[in-house]
Amino acid sequence: MENATMNLTLKVWRQKNAQTPGKFETYKAVNISPDMSFLEMLDVVNESLIRDGQEPIHFDHDCREGICGMCSLYINGRPHGPKRAITTCQLHMRSFHDGETITIEPWRATAFPVVKDLAVDRSAFDRIQQAGGYISVNTGGVPDANEIPIPKIIADEAFNSATCIGCGACVAACKNASAMLFVSAKITQLALLPQGQPERYRRVQSMVAQMDEEGFGSCTNTGACEAECPKEISLTNIAHMNYDYFSAKLFRQEEVHEVKHGGA
Amino acid sequence: MSEFKQTFNSSLGKKLIMALTGLFLCTFLIVHLAGNLQLFSNDNGYSFNVYANFLTHFPPIEVVAYILYASILIHAIYAIILTTGNRKARPVNYAAKPQSPSSWSSQNMGLLGSILFLFIVIHMGDFWYKYKFTHSVGFKEYRTNLVTGERTVSDFTPEKPEFEHSLSYNGDTEIVRVKDLHTSVANSFSQWWYVVIYVIAMVALSYHLLHGFQSAFRTFGWVHRKYKPIINFIGTWLFAVIIPLGFAAMPIVYFIMSLKK
Repeated sequence: MENATMNLTLKVWRQKNAQTPGKFETYKAVNISPDMSFLEMLDVVNESLIRDGQEPIHFDHDCREGICGMCSLYINGRPHGPKRAITTCQLHMRSFHDGETITIEPWRATAFPVVKDLAVDRSAFDRIQQAGGYISVNTGGVPDANEIPIPKIIADEAFNSATCIGCGACVAACKNASAMLFVSAKITQLALLPQGQPERYRRVQSMVAQMDEEGFGSCTNTGACEAECPKEISLTNIAHMNYDYFSAKLFRQEEVHEVKHGGA
Repeated sequence: MSEFKQTFNSSLGKKLIMALTGLFLCTFLIVHLAGNLQLFSNDNGYSFNVYANFLTHFPPIEVVAYILYASILIHAIYAIILTTGNRKARPVNYAAKPQSPSSWSSQNMGLLGSILFLFIVIHMGDFWYKYKFTHSVGFKEYRTNLVTGERTVSDFTPEKPEFEHSLSYNGDTEIVRVKDLHTSVANSFSQWWYVVIYVIAMVALSYHLLHGFQSAFRTFGWVHRKYKPIINFIGTWLFAVIIPLGFAAMPIVYFIMSLKK
């Protein structure tokens, strides 16, 4: 039985902190199993760096099951690497070939400042969520399941929007570093359902205002975000957000007073 | 008022302005192409010259024309504002060439738009400006026998420099004297490099509208399972194929005709 391992060259972005300019460093990844995940490959490289007394490569990760949205990495010109609809932790080394040079960069956006090496600060997403990505519910007993009738087609659509894990691949892939796919998914998942109606038109206004405040770019409808989203969030969410935003701003009474000032 | 200001200063509001002005310019293209098809009528430029005269002397069209010029400028200015903002949103570019799948035209709207803006400057400078503000365009006199329908054409030199156009009758003969834009067009289109500029601009127009038309509807939020295919069909076939082809055919046909003379 042949158990071939791979040898790779990594070009990795190293940056001490947000204030210090970074640069690429080249590392060798040797004896890598094709069945390892991309993050496990980085673990192996880091172990050898630690053995050599060097600073390990910093990168974000948490569940390693593809559901938390913590891992990132811009790999060879694509967020989460070359495969469709997966996060970096679900990317296996068999997707690369022996001897390949892999370029690994952090998400690049003003709103996502580099914390260290490949880890970026995505708290801009949290502030957008806090601006309106919630619903108000009464206290009291737990409501019965399926108490409110919702057509299946709407429930499915809302659920598809709700699968967004907030990883930021949409921002990383967008040529404008726009957060529209994320923001629109967070707005649409609630706007489609009866429970989201009371705050619907305030929500879209305050979340878009916070998004602009954070310094994300605007949307050209190129569709790169949709293509790179590990959860395959559809571009239609953006159209849905636009529709709600313009009806809120131009035809409805709801107004939004304050914008929380963001910035790391 | 400040709420509207806030709306149109937001990222979505600026895109709304792009979409509104863009679609208005699209509707203009239909009218412009339909009108200019008269370049293909074989009547020594009579209908084209009368049409050009009508466009420049009918007040409601004058008003729409200035809304049109404003739309072109607003579309271009907001494109620059948005692009500047987008650049600021990513100050450090990726070292690896971005591989994310998206159409070439959607990624190069700024480049295509800049080509089109340059073209509009050349195009309006050569025809609109010369027609309206200079005396470099000559005159033609068309005598039409209203009984037989026979038409004769001759050059005409007005006595007063401020002469614009006239319509008079001599018995059964209708005498129309108008600026001869048709000959200016034919002269311009007999130069090969001029034809090349036009064809390049129309290729740019095609790619610009291939993305722009359907993107405008996305900006409005009008993406509907039932209507999306219709919008994509119109955007592709009418705006990215028929209209640019129709415009490009004019310089090409006139250039070929000039070779035969």
